[in-house]
Amino acid sequence: MYRYDQYDQQIVDERVAQFRDQTRRFLAGELSEDEFRPLRLMNGLYLQRHAPMLRVAIPYGLLSAAQLRMLAHIAGKYDKGYGHFSTRQNIQFNWPKLETVPDILADLASVEMHAIQTSGNCIRNITSDHFAGVAADELEDPRPYCEIIRQWSTFHPEFSFLPRKFKIAVSGADNDRAAVQVHDIGIYLVKGEKDEIGFKILVGGGLGRTPFIGVCIREFLEKQHLLSYLEAILRVYNRLGRRDNMYKARIKILVNAVGAERFAEMVEKEWRRIKDSALLLDQKEIERVKGYFIEPDYAGDAGADASFAGRLEAQKDFAAWVKRNVKEHKAVGYRSVYVSLKHPASPPGDATDEQMSFIADLAERYSHSEIRVTHDQNLVLPHVKQADLYPLWAALKEKRLATPNIGLLTDMICCPGLDFCNLANAGSIDISKQINERFTELDYLHDIGDFQIKMSGCMNACGHHHVGHIGILGVDKKGEEFYQLTLGGSAGSHARLGDRLGPAIPKPDVAETIDKILQVYLDEREGDEQFLETYLRVGMVPFKARVYAPEPGAGREVEVLAGH
Amino acid sequence: MEDSWQRIAAVEPQQTLPDGDVIIPFACWIDNQEQLSQHNGKIAVCLNGDDNLEDLSNTLHLFELIALEFPDFRDGRSYSHAQLLRDQFNFSGELRAVGDVLRDQLFFMQRCGIDSFQVREDKDPEDALKGLSDFTVKYQTAADGAPPVYKYR
Repeated sequence: MYRYDQYDQQIVDERVAQFRDQTRRFLAGELSEDEFRPLRLMNGLYLQRHAPMLRVAIPYGLLSAAQLRMLAHIAGKYDKGYGHFSTRQNIQFNWPKLETVPDILADLASVEMHAIQTSGNCIRNITSDHFAGVAADELEDPRPYCEIIRQWSTFHPEFSFLPRKFKIAVSGADNDRAAVQVHDIGIYLVKGEKDEIGFKILVGGGLGRTPFIGVCIREFLEKQHLLSYLEAILRVYNRLGRRDNMYKARIKILVNAVGAERFAEMVEKEWRRIKDSALLLDQKEIERVKGYFIEPDYAGDAGADASFAGRLEAQKDFAAWVKRNVKEHKAVGYRSVYVSLKHPASPPGDATDEQMSFIADLAERYSHSEIRVTHDQNLVLPHVKQADLYPLWAALKEKRLATPNIGLLTDMICCPGLDFCNLANAGSIDISKQINERFTELDYLHDIGDFQIKMSGCMNACGHHHVGHIGILGVDKKGEEFYQLTLGGSAGSHARLGDRLGPAIPKPDVAETIDKILQVYLDEREGDEQFLETYLRVGMVPFKARVYAPEPGAGREVEVLAGH
Repeated sequence: MEDSWQRIAAVEPQQTLPDGDVIIPFACWIDNQEQLSQHNGKIAVCLNGDDNLEDLSNTLHLFELIALEFPDFRDGRSYSHAQLLRDQFNFSGELRAVGDVLRDQLFFMQRCGIDSFQVREDKDPEDALKGLSDFTVKYQTAADGAPPVYKYR
């Protein structure tokens, strides 16, 4: 993984000193709340419902064991003993005291981490495929480009006060596991006409109040032009993006207003002017950064192990875990292992300090000291020998980290909701509990197969509800929690926004409604069709009919309340 | 600091400008160029984020100072204006930040080519200047001419 040199270290150290002084000036009354707010936000610090929330950057979701251990230390020392992994591959702490944040940042800097630009109207953490570098379906490892973009965007002087936040994702695989098409800029590594590898550039994707799938403005960009092209896009956006209304300030609104073609023309015009300037990326630098992402030393004989097959045969619950939580790997005899943070008894994406230290130990022992954070809020141990899968499973199980539900209905994406967030209308965590309590039959869940529920407590869509197979959005109706459902969304290579099911559902009925939707799917599916395929074939009508059918005699209030 | 410039934030029709060096809104200069040629003193223009930089490009040589307005420090358009004035239009005169100009943004402003700062009145300018040295390492190139840090690696 990337390691800091003196320059990288100097920047995070200087940032700690700067923020320590900003906090001091705020506490001394030299900075007003209004003046301090953007400064603390650019350091990931929110003042929330109960206490500040600090979001720490995990660049493209990659962590070393030492870094994860530090996150555990921070959760234990400054927080209430847990952290929440977010859909942007970051981690959030919900209880630190403002006065201690400079110390937390200093602790982070000691393991080459920071909270720079994890919030605010600037370029945020660059996200990527959690299987980058180990995926069998990968054209090229996207992480070196993520790191190059990370450095370029860090304290970019021109783009630190954009109209709104700005998210960039990069993927190098056939299967998009990074939701690239719903980012402000989405980047795919692709082959050009002469088989050389470059970038395909999308702009204007995003969720929130006005969701859009990104549009391609350049089919192929040579690698050395990556930064000049990004700079051209950002400059057009910084100058022309709306600043009068924060809900219309994202680049997607600009792209939609001027049209993708016109937007692309403006970008290309600016890009032609600057492409051969100092922004031209040195091949040497690309090679230098690539050098940090070389393969670990895989054992050549890992595939010779026979114990794994025996265990699979002998132990049904191990086999069920392998089926869902263990994925193919490009190296023979190796697998990638999901550590499920979706245990029914804890909020989706949360991990305790004890669990984090434990996973760090396991990563050292079984996975070349490396951990990945996924955008669906689980962790991955990316380099595990097949012979180690059994002891790893046994260890994970002990700490409730081996729930065999990856990709299943209970592997929900969920924002922190009302429990923590100032913006939320709804208690996403309560709903996830309700769903977990209703769907306990693992066989049933396996039968349903790949199924994504994505849940946001408000329109800002932190839980990506628009791109869930079932999306759940919390809405407030006269002080009561209701839930708006959408069907048929997808964040993958064929990204698609979900369609609105109908009137919002009262809180106690959410799990039951999901059950009805599943029943329709099971009735309608042909062969081994997945939910999304069935939905695209049969459409909304049968789902709507079942969910909103008046129940005989029960006098259900769904329709009545929905009119409010 | 010694400064001969007087900023006129808005010019009413028929208003006569005070003698001496003045900074007037760009839109006002566009509308009254002929009349302004009689002005007794130097003229500079102040650009805000709504102004079209390209309208200025043919007349840049007339100005030894251009002011860039930050009506609110969160409005980042003038950073791009500064960058373009230096990098695209090769403006070599003084670029002055005016408006909501505060210590914690000075580092960014300087990197985009702004070389003088009219710090907001209620703030101590000496304290604000400390912001210029917040960082010694610059990851990316910008109008200040710094190469990306990787060139040193």
